[in-house]
Amino acid sequence: MSQTTSTESVANFESRRGPLQQIQHFLHGAPAMVPVFILIVSVIGFGFIAGERFFTAFNLSLIIQQVTIIGILACAQTLIILTAGIDLSVAAIMVLASVVAGKFAVVLGVPAFVAIPAGFVIGTLCGMINGLLVTALRLPPFIVTLGTWNVFFALNIWYSGSQSIRSQDIDAIAPALKFFGERVSLGGAVFTYGSFLMLLMFLVLWYMLNYTAWGRHVYAVGDDKEAAELAGIRTDRLLVSVYALAGFICGIGAWVSIGRVGSVSPQSFYDANLDSITAVVIGGTSLFGGRGSILGALFGALIVGVFSSGLKIAGVDVLWQRFAIGCLIILAVGIDQWIRRVSA
Amino acid sequence: MKRTLGILGAVALGVGFAGPSVGQDQVGACLITKTDINPFFVKMKEGATAKAEELGIELSTFAGKVDGDHETQVQAIETCIASGAKGILLTASDTKAIVPVVQQARDAGLLVIALDTPLEPIDSADATFATDNFKAGELIGAWAAAQLGDEAENAKIAMLDLADSQPSVGVLRDQGFLQGFGIDLGDPSRWGDEEDPRIIGNEVTAGNEEGGRTAMESLMIKDPGINVVYTINEPAAAGAYEALKAFGREDKVMIVSVDGGCPGVQNVADGVIGATSQQYPLLMASLGVEAIAAWAADGTKPEPTEGLDFFDTGVSLVTDQPAEGVESIDTAEGMDRCWG
Repeated sequence: MSQTTSTESVANFESRRGPLQQIQHFLHGAPAMVPVFILIVSVIGFGFIAGERFFTAFNLSLIIQQVTIIGILACAQTLIILTAGIDLSVAAIMVLASVVAGKFAVVLGVPAFVAIPAGFVIGTLCGMINGLLVTALRLPPFIVTLGTWNVFFALNIWYSGSQSIRSQDIDAIAPALKFFGERVSLGGAVFTYGSFLMLLMFLVLWYMLNYTAWGRHVYAVGDDKEAAELAGIRTDRLLVSVYALAGFICGIGAWVSIGRVGSVSPQSFYDANLDSITAVVIGGTSLFGGRGSILGALFGALIVGVFSSGLKIAGVDVLWQRFAIGCLIILAVGIDQWIRRVSA
Repeated sequence: MKRTLGILGAVALGVGFAGPSVGQDQVGACLITKTDINPFFVKMKEGATAKAEELGIELSTFAGKVDGDHETQVQAIETCIASGAKGILLTASDTKAIVPVVQQARDAGLLVIALDTPLEPIDSADATFATDNFKAGELIGAWAAAQLGDEAENAKIAMLDLADSQPSVGVLRDQGFLQGFGIDLGDPSRWGDEEDPRIIGNEVTAGNEEGGRTAMESLMIKDPGINVVYTINEPAAAGAYEALKAFGREDKVMIVSVDGGCPGVQNVADGVIGATSQQYPLLMASLGVEAIAAWAADGTKPEPTEGLDFFDTGVSLVTDQPAEGVESIDTAEGMDRCWG
């Protein structure tokens, strides 16, 4: 079945071989359009392959629910990657923050309006630790966050005793923890508050990155740190603020994740860090920093969501679902490189 | 000297261990688990530690970083041999690849007992103390079929499995469930090859809540009429229940699971899970430590349960809605005996 899409899309390209260069130029000017294009093609493609069960308002809105957490983590991840860094610890920060908030509220009986911000504080602190290690000790972000990924994960397992906090206990003691799991129906579509929050976060960060001095500095540092320094940007301070903000976003993600999962689950999201990087990369943000749009990460997350939903509904074996996502990453980055060659 | 080197090597390679030094006259033993994050292994460690203290055995514990971390387990066995321990309790991550280094340990005079997860072949270890995972699955399958009665013919079943690599414990539970329910297995060493139309689909969960929820959502999109859900463990079951709640179907669907952890049994009492097969990791570990003590004292090896090629540490069906012909215990007793 999946054969059909690949031949279709190949045919699609071939029929436009004449104006191919024009497409290349157009996309070079608007790199965020690449993931949008892939998203539209894949939604239509899976509409044909997986049939009407895929192409319902309900299922399409469910995909948005399913990518909410990865989307939020991808927000944090984009900030770091724009500075030419990488953050392997995002998911571990989020889970640690959710465990702290959950344990405070449900086990220790701290009011939710204190426990939830405690999660934000933990997230921000973890992010700051990453930022300080990167700037003060001049360690590569990959190494720093590889280390803190393990450290935060170990703290999470230690503090939680690797025990989940049950959904029923949360409902009874601190239902506010599940606020972002509340649902709204619009026609046949069902959204959670969490999906709206994710979209809002993308918009706010998009604004911050494009229309504030701080945001332009993030791009400048990612593009050329020394040049940015010479231009008077206090790069270390900026980097710490980026890592701390990423941690804070993970702290918010922690709250949303409790609504999404239903329980506080210390063993969930073990490799969501890689999923967030996948979303960012498919979204066209360069791993070398300074180039890309945060909205790309949203589309990247949605593309992965559409693929896994479509393949599941089409009854594709789980093994081949993973295979397809792998191919998708390479395809997306391949297209990105091809577009960049315009100027070369 | 050799021992010190072994330990240094282990530290350098990031083995999690706790003081493998063995006193002059004390019997040493090692416990090597897949990870130290899963409550099942945490409980196993507790059981072994308590029994070791009681018998005056010096126990060293090791664990892989994640499930599937084979390298760390190999290092741990080497460290154990070098430390002069009398025996090893092992839950292997890679049941085939670990065999040569297990043989090294046995050649060096150590008693090697596989806990929970049999090696391949099973006689690569001196003995295996384990839950009969196939039987654990069979119990919940038979219970679900009995609850449905004649409607079992028209059941729509969702299978929430562990991982696409199909580790043996996941396959055994899955296939046991189907056998108990009365479905043709196809190849019993794989899940997903059955042709029975009552199976709506298999999805993987990684054995946690988030995976359980997403997997259940996907299968509900495939067929919203699903009324029986098999889950690999109780966290996955809790996630599946959240998904069913979002679909407004939680009262019309029966969820069954395996493990018997305390939150899981509580979920059976609360009606989230219909029935779960409870296993006893504490017992596995304490029996294992006793066996090493006996081996150190007079060289006796433990015998397998009659009719099986391993020592069955038992499994009980926990439910508050007993079904005719399926033996079970209620949640009060399940809570008394739960782990984690």
